[in-house]
Amino acid sequence: MTYSLNVDGKVRQADVEPGTPLLWALRDSLGILGPKFGCGIGSCGACTVHIDGVPVRSCATPVEKVGAGKVTTIEAIGDTAIGKKVQAAWTELDVAQCGYCQPGQIMSATALLTKTPKPTDADIDAAMSGNICRCATYTRIRAAIKLASGQKSGV
Amino acid sequence: MADGTDISRRHFVQVSAAAGGLMLSFSVAGKARADGTTAPVLNAYVTIAPDNVVTLVAKNPEIGQGIKTSLPMIIAEELDVDWAQVRIQQADSKPAVYGLQFAGGSMATPMNWDQLRKVGATARALIVAAAAANWKVPASECTTASGVVHHKASKRSATYGSLAAQAATLPAPDPKSIVLKDPKAYKIIGKSKPQVDTAAIVRGKPLFGIDVVVPGMLYATFEKAPVFGAGVASADLDAALAVKGVRKAFLVGGGPELNGLLPGVAVVADSWWQARQGRNKLNIKWQDHPTAQQSSSGFAAQADALSKGAPLRTERLDGDVAAGFTGATSTVEAAYAYPFIAHAPLEPQNCTAHFHDGKMEIWAPTQYPDAGRQLVAKTLGLKPADITIHMTRCGGGFGRRLANDYMVEAAWIAKETGSPVKLLWTREDDLRHDFYRPAGWHYLKGAVDKSGKISAWHDHFVTLGTAGKPASSAGMATTEFPARFVENFKYDLSVIECGIPTGPLRAPGSNALAFVVQSFIDELAHSAGIDPVTFRLNLLGDQIFVGTAGKDGYDGHRMKGVLELVAAKSGWGKTKLGPRQGMGVAFHFSHLGYFAEVVQAHVSEAGDVTVEKVWVAADVGRQIINPTGALNQVQGAVIDGLSAALGQKISIEGGAVVERNFNTYPLLRMKSAPMVEVHWNITDNAPTGLGEPALPPVLPALCNAIFAATGKRLRSLPISKDQLKV
Ligand code: FES
Ligand code: FES
Repeated sequence: MTYSLNVDGKVRQADVEPGTPLLWALRDSLGILGPKFGCGIGSCGACTVHIDGVPVRSCATPVEKVGAGKVTTIEAIGDTAIGKKVQAAWTELDVAQCGYCQPGQIMSATALLTKTPKPTDADIDAAMSGNICRCATYTRIRAAIKLASGQKSGV
Repeated sequence: MADGTDISRRHFVQVSAAAGGLMLSFSVAGKARADGTTAPVLNAYVTIAPDNVVTLVAKNPEIGQGIKTSLPMIIAEELDVDWAQVRIQQADSKPAVYGLQFAGGSMATPMNWDQLRKVGATARALIVAAAAANWKVPASECTTASGVVHHKASKRSATYGSLAAQAATLPAPDPKSIVLKDPKAYKIIGKSKPQVDTAAIVRGKPLFGIDVVVPGMLYATFEKAPVFGAGVASADLDAALAVKGVRKAFLVGGGPELNGLLPGVAVVADSWWQARQGRNKLNIKWQDHPTAQQSSSGFAAQADALSKGAPLRTERLDGDVAAGFTGATSTVEAAYAYPFIAHAPLEPQNCTAHFHDGKMEIWAPTQYPDAGRQLVAKTLGLKPADITIHMTRCGGGFGRRLANDYMVEAAWIAKETGSPVKLLWTREDDLRHDFYRPAGWHYLKGAVDKSGKISAWHDHFVTLGTAGKPASSAGMATTEFPARFVENFKYDLSVIECGIPTGPLRAPGSNALAFVVQSFIDELAHSAGIDPVTFRLNLLGDQIFVGTAGKDGYDGHRMKGVLELVAAKSGWGKTKLGPRQGMGVAFHFSHLGYFAEVVQAHVSEAGDVTVEKVWVAADVGRQIINPTGALNQVQGAVIDGLSAALGQKISIEGGAVVERNFNTYPLLRMKSAPMVEVHWNITDNAPTGLGEPALPPVLPALCNAIFAATGKRLRSLPISKDQLKV
């Protein structure tokens, strides 16, 4: 089956079977490797993308559910003002260790700051606890979110 | 270990021209190897282009420990260039060229510190020699800064790039003439540098093994028996082949070695999702296997039974243990246990392989590429020299990728398929086919005398292994603390027969032993009514150093230093705590690093533990190479340790792992991550690694804090709510 997907500002054709998770349509069919695979059950957040600005787990989103939704991945989130700020904060604080979770973390953080420009610690806990960082860079993720939102980080 | 571990081996410099610039090489005076990779081959680290861009090779696998940044920083410092003019190139696996390339044991810093400083300093000396010759001045009158040579008296200067081609024609300087910088003059070492891949990471660029794409590549999945090592009885290959996109489905015979190629069924397809759909149809029946008789509860029952009898053997006996108990003012007996745990690096195991023209080319996230090469060579009957391994960035390692089981699987499947193949495991595959941190049991008895010191310590350690030998990472050294600090000391060992694969996991051994030892020390302190910090300072006593430096040495003085520092920084004994709130302390020495940590925790009446704050005092010698990276490592290791203490457990039933994914194997998340405050105790000792030693003390520090908060002593991990609710 061929699905027309609007990804990162372009309409692209993904030739996959119904039921294929969006993650695999992106990675294997469209060659968009930014979203990562960590669990396949919506539990780690490594595969997070935005559909119409809402963060979703692409590993648990069948491709046919995407429809005309605008998919944004880590590869294009830097084209948005908030995404760019988040990436800059991540760079400035050198958040990553292995870096594997960070595309997902940045996508969740960008969604959080889009909805809540000055998140509290509780807001950060709520928005970011779906994203596992196995290297446990949580201290810096929190600090980078604060930095990107112009708040004092305290770290 | 493989070739190249001997860092004292003679190195000599060889210089050559490279693309119009200087290529500085260090020869490893390597042994000629039976496999035909001849030695000596050159060990190239530094290339300087005419435009003054300096390319430095990062030799080791990057697993998130920051080594791709920190090792080149060492070269750049002595080369005396600006970090901004440096580019980093990841080396392939070439042990004959680079010596040992692996990520484990927090060894990269101690093993490369001297050598890489000399690499940088030697390159600098050559450049200076070229400038001095051109200007007909003594080299000693030339200075360098930011990749430029200056001669002050004649006001001349020249970039390294303009001198590199000429420097490349000069003979290598006498190693003895190379002078290293005074650390006070460091401009790069000791200054925080972001990871060299940071810009690519935050943009989601393909860096990892899973991101490798080779033209014409197919995708594979591989199913092995849930019971470790069981063979395939039958599989419906036709059903898998009927799935759209599936190209091949075949049995892999494998062998009995748990760290080699195991039996299973491979499915290869145009996409990974299709391969997985095919795999779902296989309906595999597995052969019977004796390991199916084994289980976590069975192991625990055997340990309990063994604890009641005589041990298999006594590993260490000092003084008169019986007398130590007789003269005691308090005695404590306790049984401690810890479970199997998994590494679960966030990037699932994967490897891409292409067999063509009789040669194997491999792209792999691996911590130990050459061990993978040897395994592939042996299993597939190839010459090691015919196997090329490209090292990708690893999405975490923690010791898991020291084993190369996924590499040999990919190589086998690629050879069988005839196309380039990317093998990718599911998370379920990863949790069910790890080399686990082994479970273990300690039956302890200890006593304190009237002077407040431990007068006797007896540990009957029941571990897992085969034929009386502990399995990988299941042993305990005879010098493990508090051996040598307690006069009357006995360590007995018994071994349970075990078919579950085990292996090193971040701070192997220590990640479990610190929990046991430092919790039990806490019990003894409380039994004697002595403050836990004071009690530990007494235990360390006045012994400055025990054992042999570089081998089993333990510097009690350095440990006291971090213990006193963490007590001061955490406000130990001075902080007013609320109800069900407590502070706990612990220390541990591993991987040459001295760490003491304090945890402040709260336990709700329902038994929920909140870790409020952790203080760390660390002594890893005189030099922190990259402070931002070092801090990140320590904070991460501490939270990793808390994650293990609070939730991680792999359970074996019927010889197979029960846990499937992160829903049943919970890793710590943002909402539970405490603030971790780190203090360095800089001492005049050689710099040592940081990837591991911060982890072990936090588990007992947490358990000790919970005891302080609730009066409940936790003797088995992971901590469960049920143990703590009122
Ligand atoms: S891979 Fe999608 S949530 Fe883990
Ligand atoms: S940086 Fe490694 S998983 Fe987050």
